[in-house]
Amino acid sequence: MSSIPFIPVADESENYLTWSHTVKSWLLTVDHKRIAILYMISLTLMFFIGGAAAVLMRLNLLTPEGGLLQADYYNRMFTLHGVVMVFFFLVPAIPAVLGNFLIPLMVGAKDLAFPRINLLSWYLYIAGAFLAIVAIVYGGVDTGWTFYTPYSSRYANTAVSWAIFGVLLAGFSSIFTGLNFIVTVHKMRAPGLTWFRLPLFVWSMYATSVIQILGTPVVAIALVLVVIERTFHVPIFDPSGGGDPVLFQHLFWFYSHPAVYIMILPGMAVISEIVPCMARKPIFGYNFIAFSSVAIAIFGFIVWGHHLFVSSESMYAALVFSALSFSVAIPSAIKVFNWTATLYDGYVSHSTPMLYALGFVGLFTIGGLTGLFLATLGIDIHLHDTYFIIAHFHYIMVGAQVMAYIGGLHFWWPKMTGKMYPDFWGRISAVIIFIGFNLTFFPQFFLGYLGMPRRYHEYPPEMQVLNVMSSCGASVLAVGYIMPLCYLLWSLKYGKPAPANPWVATGLEWQVSSPPPPNNFDKTPIVTEEPYRYDKMITQLGTPLVDDSNLISPGQGAA
Amino acid sequence: MDKSFQLFPDQAALHSSSVDWLSLFLTAVTVFFSVLIAVLVIYFAIRYRRRPDVPFVPKPDASHGHLGFTLELTWTIIPLIIVTVMFLAGAKVFVRSQQPPRNATEIYVEGKRWMWKTQHSTGTREINALHLPAGVPVRLIMISQDVIHDFGIPAFRIKMDVVPGRYTSEWFVPEKVGEYHLFCDQYCGTNHSKMVGTIYVMKPGDYRQWLDGHSADDPPRVAGEKLFGQYGCITCHSTRAPTMAGLYGRTVPLEGGGSVVADDNYLRESIYYPSAKIVRGYPPIMPSFRGQLTEEQVMDLVEYIKSLAGATTDPFQLPLVGGPATQPNRAVPGPGPFVPVQAPQGVH
Repeated sequence: MSSIPFIPVADESENYLTWSHTVKSWLLTVDHKRIAILYMISLTLMFFIGGAAAVLMRLNLLTPEGGLLQADYYNRMFTLHGVVMVFFFLVPAIPAVLGNFLIPLMVGAKDLAFPRINLLSWYLYIAGAFLAIVAIVYGGVDTGWTFYTPYSSRYANTAVSWAIFGVLLAGFSSIFTGLNFIVTVHKMRAPGLTWFRLPLFVWSMYATSVIQILGTPVVAIALVLVVIERTFHVPIFDPSGGGDPVLFQHLFWFYSHPAVYIMILPGMAVISEIVPCMARKPIFGYNFIAFSSVAIAIFGFIVWGHHLFVSSESMYAALVFSALSFSVAIPSAIKVFNWTATLYDGYVSHSTPMLYALGFVGLFTIGGLTGLFLATLGIDIHLHDTYFIIAHFHYIMVGAQVMAYIGGLHFWWPKMTGKMYPDFWGRISAVIIFIGFNLTFFPQFFLGYLGMPRRYHEYPPEMQVLNVMSSCGASVLAVGYIMPLCYLLWSLKYGKPAPANPWVATGLEWQVSSPPPPNNFDKTPIVTEEPYRYDKMITQLGTPLVDDSNLISPGQGAA
Repeated sequence: MDKSFQLFPDQAALHSSSVDWLSLFLTAVTVFFSVLIAVLVIYFAIRYRRRPDVPFVPKPDASHGHLGFTLELTWTIIPLIIVTVMFLAGAKVFVRSQQPPRNATEIYVEGKRWMWKTQHSTGTREINALHLPAGVPVRLIMISQDVIHDFGIPAFRIKMDVVPGRYTSEWFVPEKVGEYHLFCDQYCGTNHSKMVGTIYVMKPGDYRQWLDGHSADDPPRVAGEKLFGQYGCITCHSTRAPTMAGLYGRTVPLEGGGSVVADDNYLRESIYYPSAKIVRGYPPIMPSFRGQLTEEQVMDLVEYIKSLAGATTDPFQLPLVGGPATQPNRAVPGPGPFVPVQAPQGVH
């Protein structure tokens, strides 16, 4: 696009991090790579705020009486945890950090289509996060992240409207990011980069963006209606004035179910890049993986009713939504089988990104299969609103998605920072997170089947053993999540300099130096073949792939 | 209850074991595929690991060939078949759980922050507790006074939201004598986790004895009849307004076209919001009883009106939702959880 601001660089050897060090050059940057870094820092902060709330909750649940926190504070904590983790971490995580950084590089562009809107989206995000956190911590919002009416609209006597404004700002931020990605992918692909030569990362991110643009306005409307009811007492959801309290749930889940796919499709995007590179094979079933991303995005919009199976939805509606919900299982299964098949007869590396990717496959498989219990009407009635749901969606949204996010950070860390991290500690952290996650959430499947309701500050004594197991697991998980923070920060100063292509990977982002120059490509690259042509790359694979001197470059490259 | 550790919930209702069998089937599928994927991933990752002594030989992309397409079809179709079976099996259990038998005893449940109030058809009231006779089908008719709650009994494998402004219902046949948890499963504010109670399943004889030992208010039907006179309903609803006799369960023609089945929710709405649906041929002159009648009183009135239907009509000949009853002894599905049922025969 002609509107892309060109970054004037004095010295050709400068990269996007070093060409200017002023605060202004960061806070007013329109460079997609710097905005990605801004997002990465703020998201990390959000992750640990949301994580701290989770730690307090798990500590509270060590005893059946919930001795640590009062009920009111517990309710605020799970609201803080849910709002921060969903709206300010999981939804933006991979798109805003890795997507922002990589999509222009992957399509051979100098920036996203609308760089200034990209910066605006970060400011909206920051403002939204600030508002929401202040509203919850000081305003005492305790509605949960779902804001169900009529509790949120009539009964909660707290700063609900301010929290909602915060979420709305995050929503606009998300819409802007999605819009930017869609236009960029349509209009700014390098010559020769046809749709079926796009990396699967781009396909998946494109599907995510479509959901963001179509779904977010609906939840925005629903939340604005709550604010209207709170402020002007218009009985939209309040039945004592003739409103319908369940209407909110339809509007809310029309977005928030697809939002679950906003939170997992980008994870699938990352895995589809790591697996073929680390197995040195073209990805198995490119077309099937690409179209399954699109299918998930489409099916995601027609299954929201499964959140209302016990909300007085009619029996026939429940039957239809149950059948539709199963449809999501098919594209998910296709992806898992294709990743697995890619490993077959490859040269599988056990490096950090690969361990994270394999961990993703394991956790996603368990999370996906347990989702079938919830689509099955006869069982969901029993499991609805229990810890089974908590366990299921944490396997997908935390287990799988956060593994993909951290795995992706490792994979592209050399590109983003120009530094190598210590691979040994990376592998240890992947293993600790995988084990800690299962210790934390596997017992919750049993708690749920036993009937423990979610959002309970105290519980019957026979459920204590499983709760203690879960809390102990959480401490392992916390160690796992803190480790990458430590050694990645360490690597910024002490890490070995990264070569342009440390993993000998295909993809245009590896054709530029690490870190990339401010304007990405000096010359527009020309693409001549499909992605993942690892079968054409001749390398001596005996030694660790931290050096591209033994690489004979593939056909794909700069012209 | 009062156990120090438990891994699986009690099976205390007729419905429980069918849910458990279904869960067992899904668990088997889950374990099979989890293990399959885990074994394949771990085996491939070790068998084909990168080794210094193995030179790299480029591998062609197998997925474009005939084999690749066959594999893709296989792992599309097999999951499709499996989830179809799951859907059908789950739907079967669900549909049955949504259709109360006609002779189910009705019990009224009211949720308010943060307590459960229940009332038996004999008039006996309880708070945060519900005594039930084993082996007798029970249907709960539930409403909330404030926010959305949920009446969940894990040992019965049943739950349903308790919504303000409309009745919802659930039914079950308690089978195993014992004490079980009652949880509010929908977050309702500060003391959500204190909105719990106990379900006591008793032998029918013990239950009758228990009822006898507890002072009862008027049964809802009787209380409703009194209210019907007290609030002057009777003055119009015999002359200027539609009569209540035989109304319940009938299809009522509406002003401006269309019709509605006179079920619990319709009756409640007509008492609180009389102008919402006007019966064809009658002037809209009924005043609203919002603020005058509590939800409990409206439940009583609905129960009284129901009893009038039972008194004047053979219950098996009631025009049912979705068409006339042709198979009298079969539970008939309707849109939503409300299937007109016979006036409670109960256990008095």
